[in-house]
Amino acid sequence: MTSLRIEKHPVLNFPERKTVKFYFEGKKYQGFEGEPIAAALHAAGIKTLRHSPQKNRARGFFCAIGRCSSCIMEVDGQINTMTCITPLKEGMQVKMQKGHGHIKP
Amino acid sequence: MSRNTEVFVIGGGPAGLSAAHVAAKLGAKTLLVDDSARVGGQLIKQTHRFFGSSNRDAGIRGITIADKLQQDISEVADRLTVLENTAAVGFYHNKEAGILSQNAYERVTYQAAIVCTGATENSLTFENNDLPGIYGAGGVQTLMNVHGIKPGQKILMVGSGNIGLIVSYQLIQAGVEVVGLVEGMPTIGGYLVHASKIRRLGVPIHTSHTILKALGTEGVEGAVLCRVDEKFQPVPNTEFEIKCDCICLAVGLTPLIDLFQQAQCRMVHVGELGGLVPLHDSSMRTTNPDIFVAGDASGIEEATTAILAGRIAGARAYETIHGKSADADAIVAEAREELRTLRSGSTGERIRWGRERVLKEAGEC
Repeated sequence: MTSLRIEKHPVLNFPERKTVKFYFEGKKYQGFEGEPIAAALHAAGIKTLRHSPQKNRARGFFCAIGRCSSCIMEVDGQINTMTCITPLKEGMQVKMQKGHGHIKP
Repeated sequence: MSRNTEVFVIGGGPAGLSAAHVAAKLGAKTLLVDDSARVGGQLIKQTHRFFGSSNRDAGIRGITIADKLQQDISEVADRLTVLENTAAVGFYHNKEAGILSQNAYERVTYQAAIVCTGATENSLTFENNDLPGIYGAGGVQTLMNVHGIKPGQKILMVGSGNIGLIVSYQLIQAGVEVVGLVEGMPTIGGYLVHASKIRRLGVPIHTSHTILKALGTEGVEGAVLCRVDEKFQPVPNTEFEIKCDCICLAVGLTPLIDLFQQAQCRMVHVGELGGLVPLHDSSMRTTNPDIFVAGDASGIEEATTAILAGRIAGARAYETIHGKSADADAIVAEAREELRTLRSGSTGERIRWGRERVLKEAGEC
């Protein structure tokens, strides 16, 4: 699959940023430090971020500005993290949350 | 912890930044909060040139307007505090509000508040409209123009208003194939200058058509379109399939009004302005005398008019605290004249009608 990262743009410049490793469902991926987790996943070709608790429907991001909650995932054990506005950090463990997720004590 | 300010601005888009700039420049101690990581609102993703007016931002890209507004507020930094990643979560009585940042909650005591919360994107009802790969036009712009990532390789655009047309062009600039544009009305909604641009690039525009369903189970693989009659009902046996890996919905915006309702501002439903909006007078003051409104939250329009309405709200909010001011009056008079020009002509007709209704109802209460 060809990358979804924009290489050349007539108006915008996207400066090189620091590459970091992170994990999605235990598998290693790379993204840019500070970009939203959902953006890094999308660039890696991952569009399904969870399944709905009741009807098990696939869910991706929608609004991309932390408004709609479609992109919530478990990040480093924290459920209901809005991945479209949470910056990516080195070594993050990103998981699809099951059902409504479990709050760890 | 609690903070004290004279003018409290909620939302750092074009309206909020302009309101805060004017209020602080006139001399009010001002606090602006925005829930995103950087102020600028939707301008930070708008790479197209604005029409604007001859003396305000005509021919300038949205991203450049955002930079200009940030430059403006940095000039009044001694009186203006800006808190990013901070959401206003509610109003109390007695001119107090709550703000939430990271994990800290604080109270803000203010004398006048200007609420510029903007708008939220509309969705559309069709089968499988919840599949991953179906995004709002704002979401697509954020991913593409802020983060440098394409939404997919082949996209179907729904809606031929200016946003649908402009974002289609931006998608092509980013290297995405726009497989078609669907519009339920018999004619293109946005400016023909934008439509011509994408037609010249070979994008088919299907007017009097709608999307019946999205195909796929874990993600979008295509869409089924069909013709609609003059009552927007699907015409049988006109269905056809189109292959794409994502769908962009540009079907309008709805003002984000929760805070006004919570502050018990009187609301009015005006279809031309996008739905429920707080009643307000020509000073942008709502029926709650301590609360002003500007930008899309007062009715869906665009960034240039949001800037002007923000300037009016900022000037009038300053006056409610410090008394009448000739400088404030001059700012308001100039902004009103620019607004009148921008909203003149046939393209501004719906907006004029909607705004007149708001003013009329505000005058009656």
